[in-house]
Amino acid sequence: MAEVLVYVDHVDGAVRKPTLELLTLARRIGEPVAVALGSGAEATAGTLAEHGATRVLTAEAPEFADYLVVPKVDALQAAYEAVSPAAVLVPSSAEGKEIAARLAVRIGSGIVTDAVDLEAGEQGPVATQSVFAASFTTRSRVSKGTPVITVKPNSAPVEAAPAAGAVEALSVSFSAQATGTKVVSRVPRESTGRPELTEAAIVVSGGRGVGGAENFAVVEALADSLGAAVGASRAAVDAGWYPHSSQVGQTGKSVSPQLYIATGISGAIQHRAGMQTSKTIVAINKDAEAPIFDLVDYGVVGDLFEVVPQLTEEIKTRKG
Amino acid sequence: MRIVVCVKYVPDATGDRHFAEDLTVDRDDVDGLLSELDEYAVEQALQIADEADDAEITVLTVGPEDAKDALRKALSMGADKAVHVEDDDLHGTDVMGTSLVLAKAIEKTGYDLVVCGMASTDGTMGVLPALLAERLGVPQVTLLSEVSVEDGVVKGRRDGDTASEQLEASLPAVVSVTDQSGEARYPSFKGIMAAKKKPVESLDLSDLEIEADEVGLEGAWTAVDAVVERPARTAGTIVKDEGEGGKQLAAFLAERKFI
Ligand SMILES: Cc1cc2nc3c(=O)[nH]c(=O)nc-3n(C[C@H](O)[C@H](O)[C@H](O)COP(=O)(O)OP(=O)(O)OC[C@H]3O[C@@H](n4cnc5c(N)ncnc54)[C@H](O)[C@@H]3O)c2cc1C
Ligand SMILES: Cc1cc2nc3c(=O)[nH]c(=O)nc-3n(C[C@H](O)[C@H](O)[C@H](O)COP(=O)(O)OP(=O)(O)OC[C@H]3O[C@@H](n4cnc5c(N)ncnc54)[C@H](O)[C@@H]3O)c2cc1C
Repeated sequence: MAEVLVYVDHVDGAVRKPTLELLTLARRIGEPVAVALGSGAEATAGTLAEHGATRVLTAEAPEFADYLVVPKVDALQAAYEAVSPAAVLVPSSAEGKEIAARLAVRIGSGIVTDAVDLEAGEQGPVATQSVFAASFTTRSRVSKGTPVITVKPNSAPVEAAPAAGAVEALSVSFSAQATGTKVVSRVPRESTGRPELTEAAIVVSGGRGVGGAENFAVVEALADSLGAAVGASRAAVDAGWYPHSSQVGQTGKSVSPQLYIATGISGAIQHRAGMQTSKTIVAINKDAEAPIFDLVDYGVVGDLFEVVPQLTEEIKTRKG
Repeated sequence: MRIVVCVKYVPDATGDRHFAEDLTVDRDDVDGLLSELDEYAVEQALQIADEADDAEITVLTVGPEDAKDALRKALSMGADKAVHVEDDDLHGTDVMGTSLVLAKAIEKTGYDLVVCGMASTDGTMGVLPALLAERLGVPQVTLLSEVSVEDGVVKGRRDGDTASEQLEASLPAVVSVTDQSGEARYPSFKGIMAAKKKPVESLDLSDLEIEADEVGLEGAWTAVDAVVERPARTAGTIVKDEGEGGKQLAAFLAERKFI
């Protein structure tokens, strides 16, 4: 069976969930060969093997951390040349998309970004995209070269599928461009202890209606009662009430959880662009005319400071 | 310093966007405008130019006749001149083709710094700046929420998924900026009047020595086989809170097995 390269997104050896989802999708079109780069690369092998990687190509070099994107493109290209895969799959993170795009130019291939599903087709893998703030669904494919496809989080189930996962060292020679953009310093994001926004099964978001940074405690309490991640609208972020890394929407994160609860959010198109593919949508807003109510499975017209604490209490009671 | 800002003309996101019969974006039926995220790119270019002794800003677009509107807007914000790449054979060009055309036009115009938005508001791929850097063979300093240029070095902050990074590269370079980089200015009346007199150069594919079959729908590296409108959501339940709204919602969540 044809091999499919899967680019591994990991933090010091801890594989992030979207990569495991990619392995599920990769198995639909071939045999997954994972490419893990940088510090902790070899430590990813166990998890990758459990999820179907037949081989794990690894490379460690200071360049991966010290310079932006290009060293990783060089390595992925080396893997591409070593494997001659039928397709290359990369998680749709900001960096993942850039790596994939540059690789595509180098190997003379087209690229499809932000796929939300992937299947084998007669003319190669067919990607489903959700476009124009999720108002249309398209089916696209790469028609020239080896398909390079980036896939959004939550696009496939994570499935165990034990495979050999043999670790092989990948030999990489860095291009002249590799050291062009220096990473002068890096401050890791502090963990909130809550689930990662893009990976969470439930997301509770607050908007301008929350009215202040301290009031976000109400939103957080609801999130914690459900084991959810906390998101925010751009209005709340711009006001400085919540960090930008929590912004949901076109210029923030796009989320696709099982349940999305919007509190004090009007539902502007740019916000909808980031949450409209959520499976179940709930909103609490005091304005019955708010556009968010057009999307909801369940909406409560009311003051969030009354409704949300009552909801949180009730959840705690029901959970015992 | 020669600064080229890439700006895209896009269908208004608040309008009724849809696709034409050939499965490309219907650009005739919906009002177009300068992609709002490219206003941030123009703004940062203007600020970088203000700090430089001698800088000239060219705004560049690849798009149909109407795309001149996007150029006019950028000129009225304060850019010095514009380049419009327009050719019937460009219809249906995908990101590989667009990046090829932009790279050639940038090389022809001459540049020290290329500034882009973080993503267009229609295609929203967010990869074009990286593609330009690859094609031009210069550093990419992308997705910056803060940017400055000093002594031929561009510096910026990139807020990623797991970390916030300070980046640095020597010019020439390609930069893209996020909507966190600073509010874009509104064109003044004076700016709007001045824009009418600023030069807009038109280029076609032959000016850039690109063959028709390298771009357009035929030359595309990707194919769209189907476009389906998302079915309208079935109307949800909406209740008015009369003191029990939270409890009612909890019951709904329990019924859906979230609790
Ligand atoms: C290029 C561009 C990109 C953008 N990207 C994003 C993005 O990524 N994400 C994003 O969110 N936005 C984005 N925006 C901004 C977007 O257009 C809206 O301005 C934003 O989403 C509004 O946030 P909001 O719903 O919190 O605020 P508002 O629209 O002000 O809505 C607040 C809502 O809270 C309700 N409310 C007030 N008080 C209460 C209360 N006590 N109880 C219950 N309800 C209450 C009000 O009725 C209102 O509906 C972008 C805009 C542009 C131009
Ligand atoms: C819904 C949709 C989905 C698409 N999916 C794909 C796909 O999967 N693969 C593919 O190859 N193509 C795709 N396309 C086509 C692609 O969007 C266009 O080819 C486009 O010109 C380049 O991509 P972008 O607009 O997404 O740019 P982005 O990478 O999102 O734009 C980033 C920046 O690049 C600059 N820029 C982009 N386009 C231009 C331009 N024409 N003129 C000047 N500056 C510009 C701007 O500064 C912009 O802010 C899609 C288009 C649509 C509408």
